[in-house]
Amino acid sequence: MTTSGTASESVITDELRSFIGLESRPASYDIERHAVERFACAIGDPNPLYSDQNAARSSSYGGLIAPPTFFRSLLPGGYTNPFPEPFAHVLDGGSKYRFHEPVRVGDHITVVRKITELFEKHGRMGAMLFKITEISYTNQHDQLVATQATTTITYGIGEKDGGVGDH
Amino acid sequence: MVITKTGIETPTLWFEDAVVGDELPEVVKQPDTRQLVMYAGASQDFVAIHYDRKVAAEAGHPKVIIHGALKSAWLGELVTSWIGSTGRLLELDVSYRAIDFPDDVATCVGKVTETRIENGVGIVEVEIGLRNPEGAITTPGRALVSLPTKTTFS
Repeated sequence: MTTSGTASESVITDELRSFIGLESRPASYDIERHAVERFACAIGDPNPLYSDQNAARSSSYGGLIAPPTFFRSLLPGGYTNPFPEPFAHVLDGGSKYRFHEPVRVGDHITVVRKITELFEKHGRMGAMLFKITEISYTNQHDQLVATQATTTITYGIGEKDGGVGDH
Repeated sequence: MVITKTGIETPTLWFEDAVVGDELPEVVKQPDTRQLVMYAGASQDFVAIHYDRKVAAEAGHPKVIIHGALKSAWLGELVTSWIGSTGRLLELDVSYRAIDFPDDVATCVGKVTETRIENGVGIVEVEIGLRNPEGAITTPGRALVSLPTKTTFS
């Protein structure tokens, strides 16, 4: 895998570049007990802090909390204009989470994302666009509870996979 | 995120118990496609390469593949089940270097790489990863946690 050669063949147009630094619309969520329980069940994590009210109450948290990667279910809002995704297929490159406060059942969390970096590489699948997005999660007390920096990789032409661009 | 009291709980892991080189108890998963569908629903990630073989093939995959974020959830469980409810997960970095498939055994492993006291708080860094059946780490990462120190809490 090598990085792109000349600027003329770059898939990163000025239009794509104009998205760097733009904040998405905020999306807000009530953290519901059963959504947390369903998420914990879907990842197969039996930790009682996510589902057992009595156990959670007598823990140092004092009540039910959400698993660390529950944030994945809180989709950020869209950009005012949709990001003009040039490719059809998507791969998740990874995430970097920073946790500041626990997310509790009953919290109200507001999610905002911002693209911080775009770059391209050429590999086995041809040209690939790498998009680094920083997502912030803020609770009803205006506390930044966590951030997630994601790397999204898109590649290939053809009919777009359903869901490309949501995360 | 640092706890200031443990309530009535007795920590299951103290800072003093974490030693560089210690291995975390492994977390072993073997998801079927049904679990990927459950995860798709719970996380709202409906990218079809995780449940539709035809779409996965068009994207260049031999079969449907596990959501990267599900792998990071398992690595989160690896760390949070180790630190218990009196430890706090501060940072979790996960990188999806290779794809993994349902029905394969996926083993989450971790090792303590650094311990230090910062402003009176026990901080531990661990190297984590998801190991595939061939023994390769497809999904490396790291985590930073805080743990109660015996001097503070006992």
